[in-house]
Amino acid sequence: MEQLTWTGALSPLNLFLALAVAVLVIAVVVQIAMSLVPSGGNRAVYADGTMSADKGLSGLVGMVVQYALLATIAVALLYIVLGIFMGPSAGIVGGMSQQLLPVWIALVATYAISIIFKRRLGLYGKLFDSTVGMIGFGLVMFWVYAGFFGGVMDMVTTHDTLSQMSGMKNKAPGTPLRGAEEGDYQWFLLGGDNLARDVFSRLFDGAWVVVKIAPFATLFAFMVGITLGLPAGYYGGRLDTFLSFLANLILAFPVILLFYLLVTPEIVLTGIPNYMALVLFIFPLVFLAILLNSRFYTQPSLRTPLLIVVLGFGAWLYLSLVSTDGAVVATPTYSIPGLPGFLDGFDIDPNLLVVFVSVVFVNAPTVFRIVRGLALDIKTRDYVAAAQTRGEGPWYIMLWEILPNARGPLIVDFCLRIGYTTILLGTLGFFGLGLASESPDWGTTINAGRRLLSIYPHAAIAPAVSLLTLVLGLNLLADGLREESLRD
Amino acid sequence: MGLFILRRLGVMILTGLCLTFIVFWLTNLYPNLEKLAKTQGNFRMSDEAVSSYLGDRGYLEPLPIKFAQWLGVAPGWVTEKPEGKTFGRCFAEGTPEEERRSFCGVIQGDWGTSTVFKDDVSSIVATRLGLTGKLMFWVLVLMVPSALIVGVLAGMREGSKMDRSLSTVSIISTATPEYVSGVIFIAVFASSAFGLKWFKGSATSAMENANFENFFLPVLTISLYGMGYIARMTRASMTEVMTAQYIRTARLKGVSFRNIVMKHALRNALIAPFTVIMLQIPWLLNGVVIVETLFNYKGFGWVLVQAAGNNDIELLLAVSVVSVVVVLLTQLISDIGYVFLNPRIRIS
Repeated sequence: MEQLTWTGALSPLNLFLALAVAVLVIAVVVQIAMSLVPSGGNRAVYADGTMSADKGLSGLVGMVVQYALLATIAVALLYIVLGIFMGPSAGIVGGMSQQLLPVWIALVATYAISIIFKRRLGLYGKLFDSTVGMIGFGLVMFWVYAGFFGGVMDMVTTHDTLSQMSGMKNKAPGTPLRGAEEGDYQWFLLGGDNLARDVFSRLFDGAWVVVKIAPFATLFAFMVGITLGLPAGYYGGRLDTFLSFLANLILAFPVILLFYLLVTPEIVLTGIPNYMALVLFIFPLVFLAILLNSRFYTQPSLRTPLLIVVLGFGAWLYLSLVSTDGAVVATPTYSIPGLPGFLDGFDIDPNLLVVFVSVVFVNAPTVFRIVRGLALDIKTRDYVAAAQTRGEGPWYIMLWEILPNARGPLIVDFCLRIGYTTILLGTLGFFGLGLASESPDWGTTINAGRRLLSIYPHAAIAPAVSLLTLVLGLNLLADGLREESLRD
Repeated sequence: MGLFILRRLGVMILTGLCLTFIVFWLTNLYPNLEKLAKTQGNFRMSDEAVSSYLGDRGYLEPLPIKFAQWLGVAPGWVTEKPEGKTFGRCFAEGTPEEERRSFCGVIQGDWGTSTVFKDDVSSIVATRLGLTGKLMFWVLVLMVPSALIVGVLAGMREGSKMDRSLSTVSIISTATPEYVSGVIFIAVFASSAFGLKWFKGSATSAMENANFENFFLPVLTISLYGMGYIARMTRASMTEVMTAQYIRTARLKGVSFRNIVMKHALRNALIAPFTVIMLQIPWLLNGVVIVETLFNYKGFGWVLVQAAGNNDIELLLAVSVVSVVVVLLTQLISDIGYVFLNPRIRIS
């Protein structure tokens, strides 16, 4: 097996790509320069009173930009599509494209279904009217599917993420695997890291760690922020002063100092993360209980069974989440008993728990401030006054009148905040806090790769670029959603 | 106004006290103290040796008393060994009885000693803050003007090509955390892999003599992340101003576009970004910690990492006091400055 180049048999296409990109860049620069100069009148007035204007120079440049963009996208697509069929003979890009086949299929299916039914899908469907939103959604879903197929189904990854291959230490992208056997994948597509592991497989395994933690942590932060922010904004007064002071207290902490204090093995020993988990994870349960009770308390025959089912299931989830080996808090000196082992649905690695808890803890105050501000604004509206006159309870007004009307900004902020959480997770990994040092997540990989950055940059660049694209996708998605939700 | 500032200062002191107490509590948890004893003494200490080490140095007293000692409102601990040696928080071994002080804490101006650097905390923090101050100064010099220019150019004609391309640039820059852009910059501009050795991948030499080659990459890395955010806020404020009535009036009076932007719009559009810039400064602190670690620049952020990694209690407390003061002061300045810049707002 020989060393793979980036594009292999498709190298002739490189010229076209370079050409298209060069034309695009020049045309965009020209276009920007021209937009600074006011365009002269190319208008002609005819005798019958009609006017005509030719497209002029700026129109021409605009056309060039459009075609160059289309050409660039077409060539890039060609790499991917041909790569699917040709595999590694089309170089590293081809090999990666073939490995990612399930992701491409899932993406195309998602887009096809969503675009066909977009008029019936509400805000989500409207997303497909905005180019920015579609690009962002595509980037995000790419990583979600890549994480799912790579981390859960093992379809994308080519090698085991922890096994070290002899002779593959710090090898460049596309190096053939030394001593590869029949069933093995023959190359290290993105090279080997400083412990001779496959960077490509670790990248997609690590994507799952991020995709798994970030949305859930953000969701919990939102539950905490909403449950505390609504009453703070609605009632005001002492409660508001107290909660705002607490929120500002946490916000005044430099995030990294907080992480260094909270996410250490010594703190895990004291059981503080478990106590924090006990407090923070109860909020979704409280939220659900109040939500359902405030709506259905007038129909006890419906409410009571509903609450029993929902809260029973929620309580089981909550208890399985917080208890490990039959104990809620287990320190060397004492332990508080929790759910017994045979009822425990799943266990969470204590390192993961402390990361999760601290990320929720850092995000919740900002969400609290946003929700409080929205509640302060919305509680002066007429429909709130109408609900008060009808005699609705305060929690009904907060959760069924104020919250649905605050959904636009909250959904946008949710997307942005997932991106921010991803950045925070990366920061934790970058400082080697929390997750184990052999964990494939992106922050930890960047941290491991940065020591040899000036000689073998590929091991750190791959996760860095991935993190960048995921966060960029989330930001673009948020932008698209904001644009579309403002439109109606 | 005076009352407002006084009240804010009161809240500041209360917040500072609460935060330092939390830091104090977390660093004084027993497992942390045990780690401290083992790194200071030796790693194979028995449990009795650990507790006698900690007991001798006043670490095992109740938390509120220790905190009061650190603050300087309670007399420092004194240990008398059976073999006749006497030492305490405020004096070393062998100090004559009459020269021994009983109070030494923050109020007396004594910030304690660092266990990692074996040096006075106040002098460590002062030198490191100076180095970080240099970094921050250049970051602000690069970040603020470029962010404002990008934001104003993008916002003056909403929806134009220039707006779209500049907005894309600022979205990309907000999506790139420092550890990503830093890694990419080092790999591209400082590594042998790409062959462009334009800059140095380490800023250690910039501590004594900073020049373009060894200082530009760290400065750029920190600036980029904050720049996108400020630029987007400036753009939003600029587009809002450009649709205002008085701009339309000026337009209809025949004022040229250049004059409208420079004389009418700009001043009003720059009020909101001022707050954003001030509130961005505490966030830069995060970037400073990451960049100083990545580029090995031994400033304040580097000290934070060293202190936190080694559970150096007194240094960590000083570091958190400084960062909390920075956060709260910038909030205060942004509130006061906003009132001065925008005469429509009055503080009751």
